[in-house]
Amino acid sequence: MAFAHKSLLGIAQLSTEDIITILNVSETFHEISLRRIKKVPTLRGKTVVNLFMEPSTRTRASFEIAEKRLSADGLNLSPSTSSVKKGETLLDTARNLQAMHPDILVIRHRAAGSPHFLDKHIDAAVINAGDGAHEHPTQALLDAFTIRRQGKSFARLEVAIIGDIAHSRVARSNILCLTRLGAKVRVCGPRTMLQPGLEKLGATLYDRLDDALEGVDVAMALRVQLERFGGDALLASTREYARQFGLNRQRLERIKPDGLVMHPGPINRGVEMEPDVADGDRSVILEQVTSGVAVRMALLYLMAGGSPDSVTKES
Amino acid sequence: MGSRLLIRGARILDPAGGVDEVGDLLLVDGKVEALGAVGNIAEDTPELDAKGLVATPGLVDLHVHLREPGEEYKEDIRSGSAAAVAGGFTTVCCMPNTQPPNDCRAVTDLILNRAAEAGLARVRPVAAISMGLAGKALTEMAELRDSGAVAVSDDGHPVENAGFMRRALEYASTFGLVVVNHCEDLSLSGRGAMNEGESSTWTGLRAQPAAAEEVMLARDLVLCRQTGARYHAAHVSAAGSVELVRRAKADGLPVTAEVTVHHLLLTDRACLDFDTHTKCNPPLRTEADRLACIAGVADGTLDAIVTDHAPHTDNDKAVEFEDAPFGVIGLETALPALLGLVEQGALSLSTVIERLTAGPAACFGLDAGRLVPGAPADVTLIDPALRFTIRPEHFLSRSGNTPFAGWDVCGRAVATIVAGRLVYRWPDGLVPG
Repeated sequence: MAFAHKSLLGIAQLSTEDIITILNVSETFHEISLRRIKKVPTLRGKTVVNLFMEPSTRTRASFEIAEKRLSADGLNLSPSTSSVKKGETLLDTARNLQAMHPDILVIRHRAAGSPHFLDKHIDAAVINAGDGAHEHPTQALLDAFTIRRQGKSFARLEVAIIGDIAHSRVARSNILCLTRLGAKVRVCGPRTMLQPGLEKLGATLYDRLDDALEGVDVAMALRVQLERFGGDALLASTREYARQFGLNRQRLERIKPDGLVMHPGPINRGVEMEPDVADGDRSVILEQVTSGVAVRMALLYLMAGGSPDSVTKES
Repeated sequence: MGSRLLIRGARILDPAGGVDEVGDLLLVDGKVEALGAVGNIAEDTPELDAKGLVATPGLVDLHVHLREPGEEYKEDIRSGSAAAVAGGFTTVCCMPNTQPPNDCRAVTDLILNRAAEAGLARVRPVAAISMGLAGKALTEMAELRDSGAVAVSDDGHPVENAGFMRRALEYASTFGLVVVNHCEDLSLSGRGAMNEGESSTWTGLRAQPAAAEEVMLARDLVLCRQTGARYHAAHVSAAGSVELVRRAKADGLPVTAEVTVHHLLLTDRACLDFDTHTKCNPPLRTEADRLACIAGVADGTLDAIVTDHAPHTDNDKAVEFEDAPFGVIGLETALPALLGLVEQGALSLSTVIERLTAGPAACFGLDAGRLVPGAPADVTLIDPALRFTIRPEHFLSRSGNTPFAGWDVCGRAVATIVAGRLVYRWPDGLVPG
């Protein structure tokens, strides 16, 4: 039986069972990255287009490596190598790609809803690799996968997400994903970075970081995206942000003794967290990156029509 | 011998005159001659059988964009006035944000000439407040009025500078023109593509808060009090705005206000799947805002229901949500959509018709919206029982950007009469002049 969704547009469309299925399939693919020969023929003959309309290093590299390890044929397009600079619309770009019959289209785009827009117009499966401030579902899934691999149970899990929630697709997808798995989510940041309706998404709001961190299993700091502020007065200074909302050794004492530190990257060292926290023994930031490959392999496999019940990954 | 037309057996509904009775309506030489029991009729008078139909004053829309001059690929004055009469509107007031904008007599003249050539709806231009809609220099309002402008507005652009707004109110009132403002504090709205609230938290789209509208409306009401000038709030969409207008009216300020059909029918939840046909400005707001707007219509705080008919082609709208232009069309869907609210019991039929006839006519001082002897012979015949599905491909408008596509509705205009002439008949279409 194939996965229930043609495309992965966001966590919002996934049920708890869907998420658990993806995590389980990711588990079987995780092992491949630990082999000496890191390649299986699972997606041989499948074409994957990576359409990255916004700068990205790790997400794009993660998808490319996942595709190579599955033996898919990957094609990379970015604004500088496409017709976007010539004024072509996203719809025309998509139609032209569709005419070449790819199996999967991975899209990163600055505009919220772009993957949904493409999904309505093309036959290929669409995987959302980040759309504006809307969703980043593969990041949320790899975060959940990382947490689970650390032996945590979602049922009693408490997670604090810290920083610019309002402008973060990572925060939105993580709140949806973690609450669907049964975890409790706290969010903390200056109120300029907390949008209305967060409670309706299932999060609890905190003004003080010390309160937000008290007794949590995971402290997840978000990147301060200064490049996205666009003149809006969201912060007084990164100095004050670091003092009020930055993770340091002292503050970390409030989380559970076996609590984790996470960050989707890239880190502004000294802003979201001190270097000794980022590199410390609680940090699973690099495990997140490793998980990313496994989760994206699982999603490519499922979107290509693979069965969640009998994963074929033998070489 | 002038023109004559006898409408037989309609339910005549003229809410402003307290008329709601079954009878005949005689139109002679472009005027209403008599209604009710009509005697002494010349034998060769053409008749229109209207049994089972509701005859109302021709509908008046204070807020449309006809896109001519400049963007005729979206709409022009002929296609826009065809869409108007197909929807039962006999008078439409077109906004000045054309290219070039209607900030001088030449453009006003062009609009009126084109409208006369089309010979369908009465097109009444709203001229710009400022040259180039730039908010810096006043337009020649006396000449614009004498050319046929019925109000002034920089619609699409708010008048940002309070000092300039004060001068605009003072100057326009000298010549008896009402000032219409699109209230949006740009420093609060930013580049927001939808309403800020729970729905925007889901979509992650850039969003604008209701406060962006309320802040500028509150400023305008203070200036209205200071100047005593006639002021009209365009497309009020937020509960707080309705309350501001309600209080201003209670204080006796010379204020009127309008609301769009789509703000009475839809909420920001319609934006959740990124359909660009739900992107408009002001944005669709919350259910609480929608209900406040309906209450405002019911108690008369909101004087007029408008379409804010804003044509854009499929090509314009087939882009990412944040990149899509604001605006939806409404001339051919307004009446069926509003009759749906009547069917739900949200508003009475006579209230809806008043806010589409005498209500808007009074806002701009138009000689329209009544069915009394001597009034212009503009009549809309409505079949309240006609069920159909809204299909943009059937529109006479050049564009199809409606949020109501596919809706099953009940009731529509089946005959539209302008100055005593039948100009539109359903399902045949426009009647050659």
